[in-house]
Amino acid sequence: MNKLVLIAGGSTLVYAVLALMMGVLPGMALSGTPPGPGVKPLSALQAEGRGVYVANGCSYCHTQQVRPLPQDKIYGRPSAPGDFAYQTPELLGSERTGPDLTNVGVRQPSEVWQYIHLYNPRAVVPESVMPAFDWMFQVVDRAPPGVTPIPLPKAYAPADGVVVPTHEARALLAYLLSLKQPALPGSAGENGSATPATVMSNAGVAPAAATASGAAGSVAATSGVGYDAPKGQALFTANCAACHQTTGEGLPGAFPALKGNAAVNDADATTHIHVVLHGLQGANVGGVVYSSPMPPFADTLGDADIANIINYERSAWGNHGAPVTTQQVAAERAKGK
Amino acid sequence: MQTSVAAHHSSLVEKDDRALASIFAAYTVTATVWLLFATGVGILLAYKFGAPDFGPGAWLTFGRLRPIHTNATFYGWASIALVGMAYYVADRSSRISLYSVKLAWIGLVLFNVAALAGTVALDLGYNDGNLEYREWPWPIRLVFLAALVVTAWNLIGTVARRSTDGIYLSNWYTIGGVLWTCIIAVVAILPWYQYGLGQVSVSGYYMHNAVGMWFTPLALGIFYYALPRLLSRPIYSYALGVLAFWTNLVFYPIIGAHHFLFSPLPWWLQTTAIVFSVAMLVPVWGGSANFLLTMRGRVRDLAHSYPLMFILVGVIGYLVGSTQGTFEAFRSLQEVWHLTNFTVGHSHLTMYGFVTFAIWGGVYALLPLATGKESGRLGLMLHFWMAVVGSFIYVISLSIGGTIQGLDWKNGLPFIQSVVDMQAYYVWRGVGGSLMFLSHIVFAWNVWRMTYGRAAQAAPIDTLPAVEAAA
Repeated sequence: MNKLVLIAGGSTLVYAVLALMMGVLPGMALSGTPPGPGVKPLSALQAEGRGVYVANGCSYCHTQQVRPLPQDKIYGRPSAPGDFAYQTPELLGSERTGPDLTNVGVRQPSEVWQYIHLYNPRAVVPESVMPAFDWMFQVVDRAPPGVTPIPLPKAYAPADGVVVPTHEARALLAYLLSLKQPALPGSAGENGSATPATVMSNAGVAPAAATASGAAGSVAATSGVGYDAPKGQALFTANCAACHQTTGEGLPGAFPALKGNAAVNDADATTHIHVVLHGLQGANVGGVVYSSPMPPFADTLGDADIANIINYERSAWGNHGAPVTTQQVAAERAKGK
Repeated sequence: MQTSVAAHHSSLVEKDDRALASIFAAYTVTATVWLLFATGVGILLAYKFGAPDFGPGAWLTFGRLRPIHTNATFYGWASIALVGMAYYVADRSSRISLYSVKLAWIGLVLFNVAALAGTVALDLGYNDGNLEYREWPWPIRLVFLAALVVTAWNLIGTVARRSTDGIYLSNWYTIGGVLWTCIIAVVAILPWYQYGLGQVSVSGYYMHNAVGMWFTPLALGIFYYALPRLLSRPIYSYALGVLAFWTNLVFYPIIGAHHFLFSPLPWWLQTTAIVFSVAMLVPVWGGSANFLLTMRGRVRDLAHSYPLMFILVGVIGYLVGSTQGTFEAFRSLQEVWHLTNFTVGHSHLTMYGFVTFAIWGGVYALLPLATGKESGRLGLMLHFWMAVVGSFIYVISLSIGGTIQGLDWKNGLPFIQSVVDMQAYYVWRGVGGSLMFLSHIVFAWNVWRMTYGRAAQAAPIDTLPAVEAAA
């Protein structure tokens, strides 16, 4: 009997102490982490959306933690302890089958894009393996007043009627768009005009990016301009193709085409540079008004990268805009919004 | 007079043997049903990577089925199968009848109710926060905790009444495992110290301990009992087994934070986890060496015994999977492998290559001794080879694919490129997974023949000597 007490009781006592030290006490100590500057609790609708996110297991494929590693810079600044003050349950996740979502509200602020993507991700990202959440939407004959139907591409739209989001989808959208990292005091992004050297180092994009997918690679190579075509294409794929598509054709009614786009083919590149730096909303492009906002890239991309993207756009898909230089981008950036 | 007492004893023994056999059989059969269900779901999940629109709607969406797959594997299949075997081992190695047959049945019902309710809840979208392996709503986890308490009570009661002098090593591991897991379950359920970052640290603790302080000790308990039985020779070193027990106990609980390297968790917590991940090599290599040395020089027996082959694979899975875990904990390697499919490969190498193979070895070695029924050799052969080849393909493809995924990110390629580059490896994972699933169907058939179905041949039933049983 004594032996049993030693083995069962003794080992359990040892284990209880270790569980206290490694589970309970760190939990207690860290639970009191105060919110960082600018970190706010969610609104009621956003919190509801977070519930939808959890119920459908989004965090099994999407992390919400930015590591202090070069490859994570595309997702924002490294996560800080204060970022998680209002995040219970925690959704840091353990896998990136899809991209990190810590800052997706900044990276992809377009409601229209988010809705199309939720309805069927392949409508905007053909290679995506994310499930379609079309069951969070309704097909109706006519959208109720005040509700804009979702401008799905023909191949994904129902034969009859229009698609509108349910309350569940609206809540989820509100939550996704709320995912924005507040700037840390003293960090580059704080005053909104980061120097290119401090953000999104170009070192990450190696020449290996030449293998990146895209149908227009050969087109870009013929540009004859002194710019890094494969890198421009890779940056375009990573930052722009979700809306403007790898074909440059955009999505009719949702995202404007860059192929044959007036601003892109204009000899004066000022508008083109300005839009990439500072984003755009409610603009009339080729007679169509696009409501969904294009995010600014001034804070996330350096001048050289932006010049590369612009030069790619200006030479791909039969476009023939005059090439731009890094200096032109820098000058436009210096002018401010 | 003498003879009538002996006859009385012998009928008591028979009754106890029958009760034990039906408990062992019922645990194994329900566990097998969970294995088929969980891995069937796994197959559907694997196919979704190639055809994301296959299996539409809320109830079949990936994010609901994924935790159903992991939880049903953990708490349906592995837990129930291991507990059923732990009862058998405790009874036989203590040379005494079970403390309570009724409690064993109650435990079985509780385990199954929890797994069923948990599955339904997850599919309806009641997920307790996507916190890995504790996704069931907490009331359901309380039912699982109740099953653990019942099991602990029953195992301790049995071993306490043992007719042997010492407590056999297997029971150290199983009783320890059940008791520690009661603590793990309580720590996971209580909410008051789990907010924000605090919950992250508890998640790190929980997701690792629920695996390593529950499945590992119970599976090791099988090795320590089944190997000597199959080989008719004692374990190579009892002392080494004791050393592995205590070092596993002290090192393992400390390493959970290695799941959150580079996260905002305190740096010291992460570094401590890495240091003790290295220390884990002591119990892992000590334990594995002990099992391999017990098998030394018996290659011929191995080749003629599928139960031994299953156990050999299980031991290798333990050695390789755990050693891989140590390496994964290094920051330099985490930079590439963390958050990729490499992790999925690792978890299958351990939960499948180690734990599941250990269970199969134990079931094939011990269940016939309880029920007196053998399954056929062809069934064993099919099961073994499909499971080995399938899991090999599964783990290798995800390990290579995961590495490529991590390097794509490091090289700064557009994210979608890592999705495209995984496609071929997702297909191979589906191929491996399909073979694994097929092997489970054969396993189910084998279990049926060893329990309620028609046996391939009769096996000698292992009985306790009358005197000991009555003691």
